[in-house]
Amino acid sequence: MTLTLENITKTMGGVTHIDDVSMTLEPGSFNVLLGRTLAGKTTLMRIMAGLEPPTSGRILVNGTNVTGQRVQKRNIAMVYQQFINYPSMNVYDNIASPLKLQGADKAEIDRRVRETAELMHIEHLLDRLPQELSGGQQQRTAMARAMVKDCTLLLLDEPLVNLDYKLREELREEIPNLLAKRDTIVVYATTEPMEALLLGGKCAVMHEGRVTQFGATTSVFHNPATVETGLIFSDPPINLIAGHIADRTLSLASGHNIALAGHLSGISTGNCTVGVRANHLSVVNPGPHAIAMQGNVELAEITGSETFVHVHFNDASWVIQEEGVHNPRLGETSTFYLDPSRLFVFDADNRLMAAPPVEIANGKAA
Amino acid sequence: MKFQKRHIALLVYILFLLLPIYWLFNMSIKTNTEILGSMTLFPDNPTLANYATILTDPAWYSGYINSMIYVAINVVISLTVALPAAYAFSRYNFTGDKHLFFWLLTNRMAPPAVFLLPFFQLYSSVGLFDTHIAVALAHCLFNVPLAVWILEGFMSGIPKEIDETAYIDGYSFPRFFTTIFIPLIRSGIGVTAFFCFMFSWVELLLARTLTSVNAKPIVATMTRTVSASGMDWGVLAAAGVLTIVPGALVIWFVRNYIAKGFAMGRV
Repeated sequence: MTLTLENITKTMGGVTHIDDVSMTLEPGSFNVLLGRTLAGKTTLMRIMAGLEPPTSGRILVNGTNVTGQRVQKRNIAMVYQQFINYPSMNVYDNIASPLKLQGADKAEIDRRVRETAELMHIEHLLDRLPQELSGGQQQRTAMARAMVKDCTLLLLDEPLVNLDYKLREELREEIPNLLAKRDTIVVYATTEPMEALLLGGKCAVMHEGRVTQFGATTSVFHNPATVETGLIFSDPPINLIAGHIADRTLSLASGHNIALAGHLSGISTGNCTVGVRANHLSVVNPGPHAIAMQGNVELAEITGSETFVHVHFNDASWVIQEEGVHNPRLGETSTFYLDPSRLFVFDADNRLMAAPPVEIANGKAA
Repeated sequence: MKFQKRHIALLVYILFLLLPIYWLFNMSIKTNTEILGSMTLFPDNPTLANYATILTDPAWYSGYINSMIYVAINVVISLTVALPAAYAFSRYNFTGDKHLFFWLLTNRMAPPAVFLLPFFQLYSSVGLFDTHIAVALAHCLFNVPLAVWILEGFMSGIPKEIDETAYIDGYSFPRFFTTIFIPLIRSGIGVTAFFCFMFSWVELLLARTLTSVNAKPIVATMTRTVSASGMDWGVLAAAGVLTIVPGALVIWFVRNYIAKGFAMGRV
């Protein structure tokens, strides 16, 4: 089925939670909703599910208006951030419950429950109660219950957030495979850009109740349409600085001048905002094309194989992501390098004017 | 375990608590002559005659039956009414919900005596006087708010997402409520039933005023035992012991849940 949202707006108590959202989700597509907490991801999913009516706007399924239709009538499934199972039923009955309600016959229920449990690797836990399971197993049960029926819309609301790191990675790898070859529309909400990229599919970036951009995940990542999208779809957030373009030169507010070349060559003159991702700044000189800049080191986070250096630069805090362990002295001025070929330039209305071409296999993740 | 000083205080405390109960039991297995005679810690001639009197005399045992009937009716009505009400309070927002919730509790703040006259007049005029249902309904005035209050606490502890997941799975509301939700708040229902039982079982004023013969509760029977030959102390004590028994039984069954109820801060 195709799910279409038409000008969906949701206000509660005078506060706008969802602001004029329109989008079309294709059958069998995997859609990631990316946004910070309180961006409206959960509310939008609840509206898609029919758990909450929109204040205005319509929801269409295959062109039929289903706004206000009861949840029970829609063929959907949802997995929450919390591990939600029916505590009084064992895992088998938990997974079987949607099928039982659909009135499937016993053998068919049994076959599908075991099949789904096997997919989720919980086939040995079927006679346990949910509270006897670990968090990961509980969430697998919840996902099995969501996947056991052939729903047309599967909503996953940050399903991996409450899991430990290892389990999260494991499930994250499995999810796209589990859902492939299905006609189901999957909507997956997350706050993590990395997760969105790993899951692939299409991505809708949400900010303050609006969908700022909706498109193929990698294309959104490489061409963030607005400054906000760039900030949300980068971890650490994209570093920003004001700039001005005139005479084929980009002058940054910090006083640095960059001659327009490469992807920057056709951009129009005027005020602009320049963005650069943390992994495109470095503390070691990458080559003669790089521009040296000075900033005051505020913090250095060493993750083991990478170092995140926070510097105070032009009245803003910039983050430099560098491979290897670096120990800059805190509070002292340090030199870092900016690669002009990796700059994002946004116009005065914060819309994207130029994005760097996609890097392929040069060692650093794009 | 070594005997320590602090155990003395504990023992004294327990002794202090149990003394009246022991005394009651002690009296119940004595003869009236012995009760009125010298003070004895143990009965000289233990007898079960007092209990026999109660269990064979309809004037006595019907009191227990009447009490049990209206208490049971009351518990059933209170729970049936309070379950949906508590669900609404815990799940939905509506104008004035907080005020209404608090107002429910104010019903319990007035002493039962305040409602004595209106209840008496009302039930007399509609022909409910001296029926079990009259007492049960009168007690609902106090028990329903309490039940709603306790149940709401338990229900709010259940994540709303469980309800939603059930609706998404295709459960209708009644089916979800009975097959999924009620099992989740079993302990809450146990605690609520216990408190309703306790109030209704020990309440004397309304129960006595609204009944005369057919639905006369045991507590009323006990206050009317002055006969020509004076007080029948032994029988009265035996009746007292038998009155404690149902309460003790109910407490035994819900003892684990009560602690949970206290932990929820609603009891």
